[in-house]
Amino acid sequence: MKITKDVVEYVAHLARLELLPTEVDQYTEQIDRILAYMDQLNALDTTGIEPTTHAIPLVNVFRADAVDHNPEVEDAVSNAPEREKGFFKVPPIIETE
Amino acid sequence: MKELLHKDIREVRGLLKKGEVTSAELTRFYLDRIKEHDGRVGAYLRTTEEAALAMAEEADKRIRAGKDGELTGIPFGIKDIFCTRGVETTCASQILKGFRPPYDATVIKILNESGYVHLGRLNMDEFAMGSSTENSSYQITKNPWDLTRIPGGSSGGSAAAVMSGLCAAALGTDTGGSIRQPASLCGAVGLKPTYGRVSRYGLVAFASSLDQIGPITRNVADCAIVLKAIAGHDPMDSTSIPQPVPDYGAGLGKEIEGLRIGIPGEYFIEGMDPEVRQAVESSLATFEGLGAHIVPVSLPHTEYAVAVYYIICTAEASSNLARYDGVKYGMRVNGKDIIDMYKKTRSAGFGKEVKRRIILGTYVLSSGYYDAYYRKAGQVRTLMRRDFDAAFGKCDVIVTPVSPTTAFKIGEKTEDPLTMYLSDIFTIPVNLAGLPAMSLPCGFDGKGLPIGLQIIGKPLDEVLMLQAAYLFEAEKGLKKLPDAFA
Repeated sequence: MKITKDVVEYVAHLARLELLPTEVDQYTEQIDRILAYMDQLNALDTTGIEPTTHAIPLVNVFRADAVDHNPEVEDAVSNAPEREKGFFKVPPIIETE
Repeated sequence: MKELLHKDIREVRGLLKKGEVTSAELTRFYLDRIKEHDGRVGAYLRTTEEAALAMAEEADKRIRAGKDGELTGIPFGIKDIFCTRGVETTCASQILKGFRPPYDATVIKILNESGYVHLGRLNMDEFAMGSSTENSSYQITKNPWDLTRIPGGSSGGSAAAVMSGLCAAALGTDTGGSIRQPASLCGAVGLKPTYGRVSRYGLVAFASSLDQIGPITRNVADCAIVLKAIAGHDPMDSTSIPQPVPDYGAGLGKEIEGLRIGIPGEYFIEGMDPEVRQAVESSLATFEGLGAHIVPVSLPHTEYAVAVYYIICTAEASSNLARYDGVKYGMRVNGKDIIDMYKKTRSAGFGKEVKRRIILGTYVLSSGYYDAYYRKAGQVRTLMRRDFDAAFGKCDVIVTPVSPTTAFKIGEKTEDPLTMYLSDIFTIPVNLAGLPAMSLPCGFDGKGLPIGLQIIGKPLDEVLMLQAAYLFEAEKGLKKLPDAFA
């Protein structure tokens, strides 16, 4: 096994996902098979090869540090599930007890 | 009106300019067809009828005033992944249900300025993750050649709509084959431009180092016109290439005498449908008849492409999709605190395949595994780019199949993600190397299902690719719609 249920549950927590027990079983089995398939890459010697992060080499794309458009606050928050006075509203983050 | 389905955009534009048809009539014609046929096809998630008719009226005014361009008045279907101001944009996900972007993607802005008509939003795999459009959280889309089969994916709605005559042209996106594979399985022409050729600003991101926007059309000439409109540098996308846009139509009709076509032996694998193989081989003979030379080339790292791709794309996706947190837009499911709210929202809002990829991507990026998976995949990606560089030292374009099989049955591969992933083997390497490639029909199998041919070009050499495709299309004469929709 490349991966266990505990690992799947932990990674799901890192990704802020909550899985049902049946989903944990299913993902563990499927991801284990996928990782086993990916292990074929180990057959290749890649010592000294620079990884590609972008296929087209473009570096240091700068622009002037100036505001070029300023969205309306109402526009920016218009899709928020909860909002108040032009702000996004979220549940408590810091415990008060 | 129905004969308009068999005319290309340039011909339709001629009729619009002569006043023989108006954009309002053309738009009404497509909207009526959607009402009549889309119940069976399921290509559209939503139509924007009122806006479409208003856009058509505007287009007609522009045409009468002589202020029209190549796409003025032409009705498009848009994959539901492009932010469009005020128009619901869901990526076929529940988590974005009701999302109305406050701005336009650059491609939408360009099309708006061209005077196009926006008919509606096309179905796709959720967040473009899939090869069959079965991962849409809203509906199944069917292949117009056989309604029991998938149209391919992730731009399945786009290819199905184009080939059932429910729009004149469509926009799709391609991360690992999501334009070319559905185009192939539906008998359309689909083109993924060089990475950076079309601005991704306002495209809902899946895997940012691979995603690219392109046209899906009924013929090569239309493909060139749409590409010309949407290509170009955009300061809003820092990966956008600052190079002038050539006239993609310039090579259409020119001879390809002496063109060197590279054929990679690694693409003619076991497990390829014999009818697909035969159609591709007969296509090579067609190209030879047109004066091209066939050159054997080698892309030795092809067998690693699927492994590399599913490491890179899931890693990038897990990061890109972190933004769906129930705060800024889309769905929220309340919980006992903010972390619980995140978890409940994301678990309810994302579908099975999206969660699978987020978990896999988070794992390959996690501490202790990063070097073994993500870094390793990036290194093999370098080897694959070098393979293409070496091959293009010997040839001008590379020709391969698009998909190892024709369209499969709905439900046939949904239970086994790895088998589904392997169906992208011929399209993925192109995204990893950032190259342009297109799919065009090259034959039909015994069941009457279309077979697609892939032409891969050198970086920014879309002109030559289109030139070869145009002659091939004219020679083969396969431009046709399924009988049920013609």
